[in-house]
Amino acid sequence: MSLLQMQNIRKQYPGVLALSEVNFELRAGEVHCLLGENGAGKSTLMKVLSGAIKKDGGAVLIDGKDVDFNSPADSQRAGIGIIYQDFKLVPELTVAENILLGNEPTKGKSPFVDFNKMHEIARASLAQLGEEISTTAVVSSLSVAQRQIVEIAKSISKKVRILAMDEPSAALTEIELKNLFAVIRKLKMESVGIIYISHRLEEIFEIGDRLTVLRDGKFIHSCNVAESDRRSLVRWMVGRELEQEYPKVELKRGEEILRIENLNAGILKDINLNVYRGEILGFSGLVGAGRSELARVIFGADRKENGSMYLEGKEIYPKSPREAIDLGIGLLTEDRNKYGLIMQMNVRENISLSNLHSVVKGFFINRSKENLVADKFTNDLRIKTPSIEQEVENLSGGNRQKVVLARWLFTRSKLLIFDEPTVGIDVGVKYEIYNLINQLAKDGIGVIVISSDLPELLGISDRVAVMCEGKLTGVLSRSEATQEKIMMLATGGKLEAAHD
Amino acid sequence: MTERLPRSKKIKTIIGEFGITIALLAEIALFSSLSPYFFTAENILNVTLQTSIIAIIAAGMTFVILTAGIDLSVGAMIAFSGVIATSVLKVDLPFTISFPLALCAGLLVGIFSGSLAGMFVTRFNITPFIVTLSLMTIWRGASYMYTDGRPIWGLPDEFSFLGSGRVFGVPIPTIIMICVYVVAYTILKHTKFGRYVYAVGGNKEAARLAGINVGRTLLSVYMISGALAAISGVLLASRMNSGQPNAGLMYEMDVIAAVVVGGTSLFGGRGTIVGTFLGAMLIGILRNGLNLLNVGSYVQMVILGIVILAAVLLDQIRRK
Ligand SMILES: Nc1ncnc2c1ncn2[C@@H]1O[C@H](COP(=O)(O)OP(=O)(O)OP(=O)(O)O)[C@@H](O)[C@H]1O
Ligand SMILES: [Mg+2]
Repeated sequence: MSLLQMQNIRKQYPGVLALSEVNFELRAGEVHCLLGENGAGKSTLMKVLSGAIKKDGGAVLIDGKDVDFNSPADSQRAGIGIIYQDFKLVPELTVAENILLGNEPTKGKSPFVDFNKMHEIARASLAQLGEEISTTAVVSSLSVAQRQIVEIAKSISKKVRILAMDEPSAALTEIELKNLFAVIRKLKMESVGIIYISHRLEEIFEIGDRLTVLRDGKFIHSCNVAESDRRSLVRWMVGRELEQEYPKVELKRGEEILRIENLNAGILKDINLNVYRGEILGFSGLVGAGRSELARVIFGADRKENGSMYLEGKEIYPKSPREAIDLGIGLLTEDRNKYGLIMQMNVRENISLSNLHSVVKGFFINRSKENLVADKFTNDLRIKTPSIEQEVENLSGGNRQKVVLARWLFTRSKLLIFDEPTVGIDVGVKYEIYNLINQLAKDGIGVIVISSDLPELLGISDRVAVMCEGKLTGVLSRSEATQEKIMMLATGGKLEAAHD
Repeated sequence: MTERLPRSKKIKTIIGEFGITIALLAEIALFSSLSPYFFTAENILNVTLQTSIIAIIAAGMTFVILTAGIDLSVGAMIAFSGVIATSVLKVDLPFTISFPLALCAGLLVGIFSGSLAGMFVTRFNITPFIVTLSLMTIWRGASYMYTDGRPIWGLPDEFSFLGSGRVFGVPIPTIIMICVYVVAYTILKHTKFGRYVYAVGGNKEAARLAGINVGRTLLSVYMISGALAAISGVLLASRMNSGQPNAGLMYEMDVIAAVVVGGTSLFGGRGTIVGTFLGAMLIGILRNGLNLLNVGSYVQMVILGIVILAAVLLDQIRRK
């Protein structure tokens, strides 16, 4: 008998039928991958499972018995653990407090929390993931990847029978991913049923046993992973064939757009770097290597301690994002929810936010002009939303990412830095984003792409810069760059002839 | 794919803005049936006159609350700008000169107080609650110090025209209130600055990274709030034809209630100026109606509290 059955699940949001008659079945001890484009309904299905939202129809059965969860607390008691796509950690609490939230160990039968034990348990579940995050650190001080790891540790610290992970790997690099997979394999041995959601298809073939594909809220296909291949996956998800994964156009490298000399800031040590017009410079490195930090310094979000930066040969001192934007620098930050979007604002307002002056006429915002811009990007990036007036809070994860992307495309910068631009974006749209990035380079814009997705980085970059512990350990040309060399540089190893 | 407004959303906003409108209409119907005098042109104008002080300040407060801030100093500012302006009127100068001077002086202290608040909030990162709480006691104390605790009497007769005069039968404070709301609506809805106010209130860090000057935006909202409180202070002084150091006591509560009843979230990022106007009117009509029915002031306080709770509850249910 199957561990979990979801039958004919229906969920209607205002203006959007998120799930219509979806069937899903999970067996004990299997990794069941849930696939589908952005907005297909994957997260919604998980929220129905956890009781976080109410379904409008259908049944959820565990061990063949009908269950009806009214709240996540209910489903937790029934042994269901869920890692949500947008984290549900309390930023002001410590790592240990978050991991054991609602599960605090007490001193005997007293109401007092046993903090020693709490840190012990927290450390143990982090150790399983091979992580050394301090359990006394406050969550708000952690990077996205570290928060993701804490979120995973939280879910494995409890005894669960069903564990659903909604894009757990989105912010992880290879090494953390390996550890995550090791943990998943261990849970499988303990016959936990695992639901795994990801847009990185390689992962499906590595860890998945079976898969289910949704499209536009409808059940499309279900089979063993072994019976599928990349092509068929894409066809089920997107509904058509995709020619190639990384559309690469060879461009002639133009003149220098950004030069960084002997830059020091925070963990960044002695960075020297050139970026050229018409090239895509990839940035690789492990979590905490300092890639995002470098981007923030260039963008004026953080201050440098010393060293100099030149944009088109002129020295610049951006002291705030506003100044950087005015200079022609744009940064798409990682963590769209915390640093990107204004959740209460709608799609239109979020897209125009950084470049409002170009839709202003006299004193006033020209609404028809603004609508035009929002419509254009909504169509170009195929942002799935009932209208441009929809609050971004109601968009699916990938579609939120597209909205931030649209904002930066609209600023028309000279230098654009993308920090994890394709996190949570489906294969079809990824392809279009690569095309867009290519187009930007072709238009003579300098493009820096920070990504933890190595195949992606190799596929789209003209050069790959690698960082390790705040230092730039090498810059590889497209022809030199391989996964091995990059991993080598990223972990602090040396290469013989690493130059640019 | 991208029609302007999905129908469901349209209905929701209609209920949203109508939720309070319905409450307002119910209130008007109730009082009209209970008191024959209530629904007369004269009394309606009267309500707008009585509510104008609260409403004008509530417009400024909406800006502040939209940024997830609060301004508790507005009640004290009513008194302080009032005594400052009236003391200028006592100077031996022709009214045509002393009057604009008095207006400017009142307005200036309001803007000064707002910029102080804004500076402490942005530069020194102190929570708005504490900053404006301090300013509240400072300005109240300053008003008593400045006047030795005695009202300023004996003002030129012409001065009372500002607060008590009428143009084509409409009270001047009502006209000023309408102007304030038209301008505030336009700013919030149609200008860059208005958009920035919502963005900063929604997510400060994301707003900064989107290139918004968060500090300047916050400074501006407190200056707007201070300025509108000061204008109200001068209006009230004119209506009382005196500068009262204890004027506007506890007004901040009514103002905040009007904003919140009008649907603006205390967490910032959500709310409208139209909502605030309706909220202010709801409270104003309630007071007026209860007065007409000779309900005692103690009972009035209890009823007002219940109505505020009910209105906010309604809003919460709608949002679900
Ligand atoms: N609270 C909400 N209000 C209105 N619509 C919503 C809400 N939450 C989700 N939706 C809509 O439901 C659909 C399914 O969303 P869901 O988050 O399940 O997609 P997903 O498959 O997880 O996509 P992604 O890969 O981008 O995370 C989307 O069209 C989304 O816009
Ligand atoms: Mg999702």
